[in-house]
Amino acid sequence: MGTRMKRDAVVRSFCMALIVPALCSGLAQATTVEEDMAWTGGLKTAYFADRKILSDDLITLEAPQRAENAAIVPVSIKAGIPQTEDRYIRTIWLFVDKNPGPLVGKFHFTPASGRADLGLRLRVDTYSPVRAIAETNDGQLHMSRRFVKASGGCSAPASSDSDAAREELGRMKFLVRHEEAEESSSKVEGNPPALAQLMIRHPNRSGLQMDQVTRDYAPAEFVKEVTVSFEGKRIFRAETSFAVSENPSFRFYFAPRQEGAVTAVVTDTEGREFSETYDVSAATGEVAARR
Amino acid sequence: MAGIYRWQRQWLLFCPALIWPVPVATDIADDRAVAVEKIADGVYVRPGRIAVLFEADNVANTAFVVGERCVAVIDTGGSPAEGRALTAAIRKITQLPVCFVINTHVHPDHMLGNEAFERDGVEFIGHKNLPRAMAQRGDTYRQRAAEYSGNAAHIPKIVLPERTVSGTVQLDLGRRMLTLRAHGTAHTDNDVSVLDEQSGTLFAGDLVFLDHLPVLDGSINGWLDELGRLMEKSLRAVVPGHGPGEADWPLAAAPTVDYLTSLRAATRSWIARGGELGAAQQSIEAADRDRWRLIDQYHKRNVAAAFAELEWED
Repeated sequence: MGTRMKRDAVVRSFCMALIVPALCSGLAQATTVEEDMAWTGGLKTAYFADRKILSDDLITLEAPQRAENAAIVPVSIKAGIPQTEDRYIRTIWLFVDKNPGPLVGKFHFTPASGRADLGLRLRVDTYSPVRAIAETNDGQLHMSRRFVKASGGCSAPASSDSDAAREELGRMKFLVRHEEAEESSSKVEGNPPALAQLMIRHPNRSGLQMDQVTRDYAPAEFVKEVTVSFEGKRIFRAETSFAVSENPSFRFYFAPRQEGAVTAVVTDTEGREFSETYDVSAATGEVAARR
Repeated sequence: MAGIYRWQRQWLLFCPALIWPVPVATDIADDRAVAVEKIADGVYVRPGRIAVLFEADNVANTAFVVGERCVAVIDTGGSPAEGRALTAAIRKITQLPVCFVINTHVHPDHMLGNEAFERDGVEFIGHKNLPRAMAQRGDTYRQRAAEYSGNAAHIPKIVLPERTVSGTVQLDLGRRMLTLRAHGTAHTDNDVSVLDEQSGTLFAGDLVFLDHLPVLDGSINGWLDELGRLMEKSLRAVVPGHGPGEADWPLAAAPTVDYLTSLRAATRSWIARGGELGAAQQSIEAADRDRWRLIDQYHKRNVAAAFAELEWED
């Protein structure tokens, strides 16, 4: 399997170099059609019925072509529009077509998000398309797609030091990346949104890791919902599956107009709820956890 | 998926000039017959070759120690065939029975040969966390071994340890004592090292890498701590998990320590600047590049593992 996949890559690189572009582009298209079979053959309809999905640049999904570690595949989604009251991205769906559960999660944004950018890390179980679909407040759907080569992410633990995650279960870190945010959102005048990162200690177990002794699968145990508010106003909400890596980490924007309190509430499949509140200074990006 | 390959094959028929590159095969000749090296009285090593997991089945160094009563095997290679080759090598040297099989950790190049040693009187020993790690990963390893060998008929068995170690344990081979030490999370969360007191040889498993880039699958902080402690010991020689059959101690630990120290410093500084994982993987370079092989295969993976650990530091 692995070797064949390498050959697939080799074929493509030869395609670039050889003087048979017509033939090769035919091959590339056919490969894409094959790759998208899971999507066109049922996934699309299951989630979006017959709604029209535009493949344009409203959002851009970034993912590595080859995942070095299938249990921690970093992906990010960049929004091509700022979040305003008039026009904003309401929800982003993220799929790994060929994962045992293709829907990674649904991520909800508001105008208070400032930007509907998102960064997180995934488990990718096999060579698969990864696709992000954004729904704007007028109900339009926009898609961005990448193909990622990875294997075994759902059945392999992210690290063999899973005890560390369990010992600190529910611990959170919230960071504001103030300077970086200013650079990347120069388009927004006056009040540039701040880039935030929320990290949660959790094994986020997939339920696909078999115990050799009992031949049973360890039960799934993962973060299923994350809600982040600023001064009581929701800025980010995620409904997630086990395809999110161990110790889930989310990067998103919010537009603090003054100093204020950020509250993060996390619930998992065991019914546990973890919650933290942080005082954030809009001017400096300094964050202090409330105890 | 099968359809993709069908397409490629059809296409190739139209491109006869295309030369099919053979992925690895060049430096992989069958060296099953490679003799074991005697590195001290009663101490033998079967050096592995520097290669990617599963692309060869004798990637790790394996070893055995002969006492007056019986033989202890330290790691069994990456396939049952490799385990059988090791058995044959032992038989050329001694008729004493194998009484202990020690797996230094869970990785398949160190333990998929176990089934070749399964018989009455052989005790399998490993770290207290080894059964759990084998349970979590065994199926993935078996599948990948079958995919690479193309032999679905013989999927290697995962042989769990009957006896596990926390702290230290002494094994008596008949007027020869081995000391097993279970380490804290380091290369993996189930590393064991073995000391042959008589010859002053430490079998370090994958706590020590030479030539083959170190692979981080446990804790970068823990690994550096464990190596720091081991380096205080005075030993005649060390058998690294990968690299030559023996090396000087503590000199042999330096490359692994240097690589991990540099990786840790670069990753911490990346995290402190608010950088994210994907960009860190693209930007952080391996130190001493000409010292290591397989950088392209393992370095980015190591950056991810280090990043995921260090971002939780305060």
